[in-house]
Amino acid sequence: MKEFWSRFSRNRGAVIGVVILAVVIACAIAAPILFPQSPWSMVQRPFLPPFEMEGLPLGTDAVGRDVLSGLLHGARVSLLVGLVSTAVALVIGIPIGALAGYYGGLVDDALMRFTEFFQTIPSFALAIVLLAIFQPTLAYVILAIAIVSWPPVARLVRGEVLSLRNREFVEAATLSGQGDLRIIARQVLPNALPPIIVLASLMVATAILLESALSFLGLGDPNVMSWGYMIGAARTVLRTAWWLSFIPGIAILLTVLALNLIGEGLNDALNPRLRVRTT
Amino acid sequence: MTLLAIDNLSIALPKGADRDLAVKDVSLTLDKGEILCIVGESGSGKSMAANALMGLLPEGVTPVGGTIMFEGRDLLKLSERDMLALRGHDISMIFQEPLSALNPLMRIGDQIAEVFEAHDILTPPERRKRALALLHEVGLPDPATTIRAYPFQLSGGQRQRVVIAMALALEPKILIADEPTTALDVTTQAQILDLIEDLRRNHGMAVLFITHDFGVVADIADRIIVMQSGEVVESGDADDVLLNPTTAYTRALLDAIPRLSLHDGVETDAAADPILRVRDLSMTFRTRTSGIFAKPRVVRAVQNATFDLHRGETVGIVGESGSGKSTLGRCLVRLLTPDEGVVEFGGQDISRIRGAKLRQHRRRIQMVFQDPYSSLNPRARIGTILTDGLIAYGSDRASARRRAEELLTLVGLDPSAMARFPHEFSGGQRQRVGIARALALDPEVIVADEAVSALDVSIQAQVLDLLADLKDRLNLSMIFITHDLRVAAQVCDRILVMKTGEIVESGPSAQVLGAPQTAYTQSLLDAIPGKAHEAALAAQKDARTQTRV
Repeated sequence: MKEFWSRFSRNRGAVIGVVILAVVIACAIAAPILFPQSPWSMVQRPFLPPFEMEGLPLGTDAVGRDVLSGLLHGARVSLLVGLVSTAVALVIGIPIGALAGYYGGLVDDALMRFTEFFQTIPSFALAIVLLAIFQPTLAYVILAIAIVSWPPVARLVRGEVLSLRNREFVEAATLSGQGDLRIIARQVLPNALPPIIVLASLMVATAILLESALSFLGLGDPNVMSWGYMIGAARTVLRTAWWLSFIPGIAILLTVLALNLIGEGLNDALNPRLRVRTT
Repeated sequence: MTLLAIDNLSIALPKGADRDLAVKDVSLTLDKGEILCIVGESGSGKSMAANALMGLLPEGVTPVGGTIMFEGRDLLKLSERDMLALRGHDISMIFQEPLSALNPLMRIGDQIAEVFEAHDILTPPERRKRALALLHEVGLPDPATTIRAYPFQLSGGQRQRVVIAMALALEPKILIADEPTTALDVTTQAQILDLIEDLRRNHGMAVLFITHDFGVVADIADRIIVMQSGEVVESGDADDVLLNPTTAYTRALLDAIPRLSLHDGVETDAAADPILRVRDLSMTFRTRTSGIFAKPRVVRAVQNATFDLHRGETVGIVGESGSGKSTLGRCLVRLLTPDEGVVEFGGQDISRIRGAKLRQHRRRIQMVFQDPYSSLNPRARIGTILTDGLIAYGSDRASARRRAEELLTLVGLDPSAMARFPHEFSGGQRQRVGIARALALDPEVIVADEAVSALDVSIQAQVLDLLADLKDRLNLSMIFITHDLRVAAQVCDRILVMKTGEIVESGPSAQVLGAPQTAYTQSLLDAIPGKAHEAALAAQKDARTQTRV
């Protein structure tokens, strides 16, 4: 673990990413403590610019809600959606990819055609359709994002498993009488983990963007304050109060950037070829 | 005339490596037209010295002392630009693995022409003509067709010839050959060694030949340098070093070379029921090629194999790579299901069983794999690797761990190895773990697929001794698959010789190797390196006994 961290911290960008993400997480945790009041409640006159009034450092929006409070509560939603939808996507994608890669043949054909079915539809369009059918609650937003983002996981896992299943240690496990599922879970998947971890970190970023885009279009959960909703609500006043779109936009940018930097750092730290070079 | 002089060369390894210096105070000279062999076990620093010469040291590894003088210049002080001009032109190199040394997506002719292009000499048509001439010179069949081939269309030996052709393109003064025949069959190895010998004679090239195989050394070396953990322990003319080694290390290495010693195998009771009875076993691979109308590629890997394995017996399967010996082994342990034929194990046909029945059968026949690196799960501790099988067969964790500790002791490792990961062990130790895993389920038959091919000679001897000892103690029967006839002669009671999927000869090992009936077996025997050395050794022994008389 210590060795892993020293390799990870060699990438300065990744460390910056971790710092930004830590700040975002801290905001999400602190939101209900710092702003016990609902972020939806009106606190002052509308269109108060940032830094004009004590106690409201980021000003107010078109109906007089505190922007800072919205930003902090929005961080909770963004992180929750990003993490949970990625977890669900992994739960769908890993078994499908592992079974396709391990068994090959007909199983592989069937599962991969199924995966391609999802890949041929533009993912954002599919997410919109799914939310139009479901009710726009947070749970369904998460589910919709998970459904459109698992196919790359399945393909990646399939490729990794394909290259691992003919290795001699897997053959040895077969000879020692272990069942197929046990071999997949204990011999194959642990060795396929590094690229999956890297992909997952990037998927969290994509999920946050997707959620923002959906909220921007008004397809998000109307009861939770999110960054995408804040931008969407402020788009009509872009010319008179540009900061209302700009501030949550920066929040999204920084969070996604942080996750991408972390993903890259993980890739460097977990890549066995780079590891050989450094030891 | 001295062409190259290395003087007190030291190369530092990065911090945290198992020793400070990869190479320590190495001095050597290379004359025009001579073949100098650097011999040593893996990790002895022999390749590092050659890489320093080419300016190709890995990152973090730096020369810290000494000089490499070539034509009045110190190669260690040359700029990268000057080295570029030198590489290929004055000094070139051939590598162990010819497949990874060639660009898989480029035709052979273009790859050779690229060497001229890189040094900006000749016009494109002339380059092509030279490429053709080079392919002819290195003895490739039908150069006019081969020049248009891709690397994957050639065999291992042919690829190595292409790599040699590229190395020769600019008529270098020095050729560095880093284990150039290790990945090849004995017969191909013999041909490549002949080729290098010819080229040396015709071009007056100096050859720096790096190898771990003393048999190869005995065949081609003029002078020999023996290295051990980065230091030169012995050097001198080939005959002196081989026949009168002065250091214990060299003597130990020489003694560890497997010799083609014929011995009578264990007499088995032919009337008793064999433990394994194989009849007309065939296995054909069909690969789908692209396109619906293209004919599938059909490889008859094993055809009508028929043989018996009796209790307590070791049967060797020998042959070149691609002869189907590994496929046969995999059919026997049922990693593959044979297309046709019968495999009777203890009277029961196991060639078609599947599901739970197959899983129950598996513990009776186990396999030891070739590659000690890829045969152990890199993310599992040794304890887990050894107990996984026992637990799958219903042992509880505590008794499985006790059994694993016993097994480690049995194969000569400390039980504390349980908590460690495979990468903490050397190749030989890993192979011991592999053997322990195969023994965990108390099998009756062990199939050893090239179990010692990836190991250094001295380690090879230890592992072979261990296998022989375990076989006696546990009353095992063994199928021993190998390409090395010397190893086969040492451990096998009977031998099957395979060629392109068929068993062409079989019988007691002394008979098959002593008086081969087929030309193919004879050619395998002829290709064994180091025969001249064995003869010389025998002559030396005779001379000694005579003088004593």
